[in-house]
Amino acid sequence: MLRDITLGQYFPGDTVAHRLDPRTKLALVVLYIVGLFMAKNWISYGLVFLVTIACMAVSHIKPKTLMKGLKPLIIIIVLTAVLNLFYTPGTQIIEGVPMTWEGLKKAFLLVMRILMLISGTFLLTYTTSPIALTDGLEKAMNPLKKLRFPVHEMSMMMSMALRFIPTLTEETDKIMSAQKARGADFETGNLLQRAKALIPILVPLFVSAFRRADELAIAMESRCYHGGEGRTRMKQLKYAARDAVAYLLGILFVAAMVVLRHYGL
Amino acid sequence: MSVIIQTENLHHRYPDEEEDSLKGVDLSIEKGSFVAILGHNGSGKSTLAKHFNGILTPTEGKVWINGMDTSDDEKLLAIRQTVGMVFQNPDNQIVANVVEDDVAFAPENLGVPSEEIRQRVDSALKQVGMYEYRMHAPHLLSGGQKQRVAIAGVIAMEPEVIVLDEPTAMLDPKGRREVVSTVSRLCREKGITVVLITHHMNECVDADRLVVMSGGRIIADDTPAKVFSQVSLMESEGLTVPATTQVLNTLNQQGYDFPLEALTVEQCAAAIAANLNA
Repeated sequence: MLRDITLGQYFPGDTVAHRLDPRTKLALVVLYIVGLFMAKNWISYGLVFLVTIACMAVSHIKPKTLMKGLKPLIIIIVLTAVLNLFYTPGTQIIEGVPMTWEGLKKAFLLVMRILMLISGTFLLTYTTSPIALTDGLEKAMNPLKKLRFPVHEMSMMMSMALRFIPTLTEETDKIMSAQKARGADFETGNLLQRAKALIPILVPLFVSAFRRADELAIAMESRCYHGGEGRTRMKQLKYAARDAVAYLLGILFVAAMVVLRHYGL
Repeated sequence: MSVIIQTENLHHRYPDEEEDSLKGVDLSIEKGSFVAILGHNGSGKSTLAKHFNGILTPTEGKVWINGMDTSDDEKLLAIRQTVGMVFQNPDNQIVANVVEDDVAFAPENLGVPSEEIRQRVDSALKQVGMYEYRMHAPHLLSGGQKQRVAIAGVIAMEPEVIVLDEPTAMLDPKGRREVVSTVSRLCREKGITVVLITHHMNECVDADRLVVMSGGRIIADDTPAKVFSQVSLMESEGLTVPATTQVLNTLNQQGYDFPLEALTVEQCAAAIAANLNA
């Protein structure tokens, strides 16, 4: 069950999307989100949809993979849809039932917005290795160092967190099996009972996570880690021609969205 | 040969503890040697290891690494670069999601130029036989492979000494052999000083020197063959001797007179055969 979590997972590959500089991809995601939030109506939403499909095609990510990642968010999506469907004023679809045509449209577009928002960010993590991603973030946020913002520390923390996701997932599985073997029941009972059943998993998991953190810190220090100062990188980030093209396309996309929004499309 | 690690009347007490974990350890380790430190849990062997690169500093006494005092904060980075450390749990010492990025971690911290890091990483991975796995995710490797990646991560730092703190405790027999043969080869071929902390007798057999610890003190310090021949001392410390020594010792108790220094099965068989012929 825990193996299904694809959030923040990287699928190695060698497409143009994989080879783009992580800074470019980060900027593209920001532009994509800006564009997405400019969308107001059918045509503009349609354009964002086409762009999303194009990005998926370029990065060779199958819709199925993406859908798997969206699964945990179903509740939020359904809730948003239902609320909008019932609470938007307008003409009722069936007399007496508080569902409106306006609500239906709003619900549909909002669901599309959430789905595309998440798909866009997923495409980033699917095509960018976590290390490249944190490197990109660190570089992109470098100017903030002048404001004494701990840029290096943040990116190091992020990459450590990502590094330990599979390790801790494996450990959770092990603890669950151990507790099941001793008669723990995670599948039956109401929500409260099931939440309570998770305590015997979370406690050992946290204890071990702290122990791991301690050992990791010692191991890092033993390998001469002493903060970001004077640190070099084996793989240095370099912009290529394709990055310029990508930036251009991103800006064109936002410009198109601005125009569409202006005409209310 | 020159001395690379030296401890002088080393005492250490953990905060909130009543008793010293190390009670006056005097040890000097020569450059290029392969030293095994043996002891059961609580003997102070891991505490001693953590003094070799300044993770712990002495409560009393001194530790010198290449003439540098580990209590001197200014020298800490140089000491850690001289003495690389490999720990018990391979999962908790791998910092990156890709093998080669992990090996690059130490040289990156030291500010080595990019091209040189690349060379060091490739050469370190080749030395431990993990080059073809350089693009793999560490969590998908076996325990022995992970531990070899950890060793590569230390070699990339170009240390003079590698201290391994029970590197095989969490591994299966195959992984254990992989790790021990890798470090003993690094010592013989590259001249790297190896300090192997363990509680497995068999891993000490290859060492030039065997130090046995108990209750925070050194109780034996000699070649493995000589140390293991002190069967009664080993047994009183709750340590078993290798099966070969055990066979010969049992025979001696029956009135034979075998030298107890035969460590391999071949040596042991030869000794018995020689006695039968005589």
